[in-house]
Amino acid sequence: MARSHSVRHQRGFTFIALTCFFLLYLPMATMVVFAFNAGTTVGQLDGLSLRWFRAAWENDRIIDALLRSLTIAPIAAVIATAVATMAALATTRTAPYRGMSLKVAFINQPLMVPEIVTAVALLVVFARIKVWTGYTGLGYLIAAHTAFCVPFAFLPIRARLETMDLTLERAAADLYARPWATFRHITLPLLWPGILAGFMLAFVVSLDDVVITEFIKSAGQETLPTYMLGQLRRSVTPEMNAISTVFLGVSIAVVSLFFLLSRKKT
Amino acid sequence: MPTAAEIATLESRRATRMRWWLSTPALAVVFLFAVAPLAVIVLYSFMEKGDYGDVKYWQFSLDGWFSVFFERGLFDDSIGIAQAHVSILWRSVKLAAITTLVTLLIGFPTAWFIATRPERQRDFWLFLITIPFWTNLLIRTFAIQEVFRNEGVLNSLLLWTGLIDKPFQIMFTDLGIFLGMAYVYLPLMVLPVYASLEKFDFRFAEAASDLYATNSRTLCHIILPMTRPAIIAGCILVFIPALGAYVTPRLLGGGKNLMLGNLIELQFGQARNWPLGAALSLTLTAAVMLALLVYVRVAAKSGGRAHG
Repeated sequence: MARSHSVRHQRGFTFIALTCFFLLYLPMATMVVFAFNAGTTVGQLDGLSLRWFRAAWENDRIIDALLRSLTIAPIAAVIATAVATMAALATTRTAPYRGMSLKVAFINQPLMVPEIVTAVALLVVFARIKVWTGYTGLGYLIAAHTAFCVPFAFLPIRARLETMDLTLERAAADLYARPWATFRHITLPLLWPGILAGFMLAFVVSLDDVVITEFIKSAGQETLPTYMLGQLRRSVTPEMNAISTVFLGVSIAVVSLFFLLSRKKT
Repeated sequence: MPTAAEIATLESRRATRMRWWLSTPALAVVFLFAVAPLAVIVLYSFMEKGDYGDVKYWQFSLDGWFSVFFERGLFDDSIGIAQAHVSILWRSVKLAAITTLVTLLIGFPTAWFIATRPERQRDFWLFLITIPFWTNLLIRTFAIQEVFRNEGVLNSLLLWTGLIDKPFQIMFTDLGIFLGMAYVYLPLMVLPVYASLEKFDFRFAEAASDLYATNSRTLCHIILPMTRPAIIAGCILVFIPALGAYVTPRLLGGGKNLMLGNLIELQFGQARNWPLGAALSLTLTAAVMLALLVYVRVAAKSGGRAHG
């Protein structure tokens, strides 16, 4: 026993790892602390208060951007999850066929191309369509977000389907359940955690996106991340700390939920 | 009555129709809003540049591609290397490579540390890595800015200890960009390496140890080769976004220290040279595809060796 323990020990690794965790959290901790700063100076802590959270909450432009983010993300995530679930079924619940892996690669394409390239490509296309149709609504952002969310929803759903046992579905089919009934009563309940995980990933990815949104948004269509990017380019206000802290809190909540979901046994 | 064979054919036709129906919506969405725009970019890179952005339609020209690497003299037709572009390309590759190397040097021991914890503690450490992974990149860049800025935590600390007497400039330097990228992309290295180390069969290492190999020899000759595919996967996961990084160099590099992503934006914005921007985008995409190809090759090779 003592031996096996010693193989696992590499000199200096524990030190590097703990330093790594410290360095990973130091900047975020600093950001959170300054969010509660009572003073106005960016680098100086003058007591604690919630004034910057209130300031952010009372800033119409921030709330406007937040509401826009919260409009786009759920729509994009729902559509992406729906089409990804269908595609995942089409690439797992059949005998392997020619073109199947090509379909999978095609659906994952947005992951392979650098975001900035997708962003300028969509800029070029949407700029034309905007001129032709005169439409400048949120549709472009929703369409683009849906497209790059599809692979993020597709991956966990497909992974879940691949590890799921086929026996129950076969049994249902043998008992003359129609394909839809089998899907509705057997596949879907078993697949549900995967779908939820896919939806959450898609939702967060859409909520976080800054590059693609920045390039294709029409005038006045700030989302929360593009609003922040704009502010950070000019000068940093303590409000940014408050918004970032809220965002961080949301991330922690989502990760916790994700952990709980994925630890549930199938 | 249809024969069994006929029923089977009907069934398989039905299955084919079904899987097409099911996959068409996803394929259509990805095609319309990701693949087709890329094809348009290819077309744009071969067109004449418009006077105020955009392009002159169907007037083909190789100027966009030409300007990626070359430039014409201002007063004559002499052709020289486009110094600015080449240096930005080089800086992007260099910074992405250094970022990858440093995240590996820190990330591997960190993944090792998590993988060698008792099972119940592992989830906790993994959770600590996952949180930054899920936190918006923009916010993490902003957080590291808090540390790096002249009146930030690092400089305050150094000034307070008396190690320096005037703020140490990190923001708006290449060092700042690289440190920022290492910070934001580190979880992308730790997670795949951890996934591989977690499944690693430590009996191989114990066997080496029983044969009097020192721990560092075991690491170099057993563990590293056997986890090579995961290490390369981590490197690819860091290198690709680092090469095309836009947000981090934008916020930490300022106006002068551009990377390829910012150069591309510049062409579509102020410079209004869309064909050049398109050609640069495709150059970046090609570099990424090349990295992926290398990954597939190496992973296939070492995968075979590990099991053989």
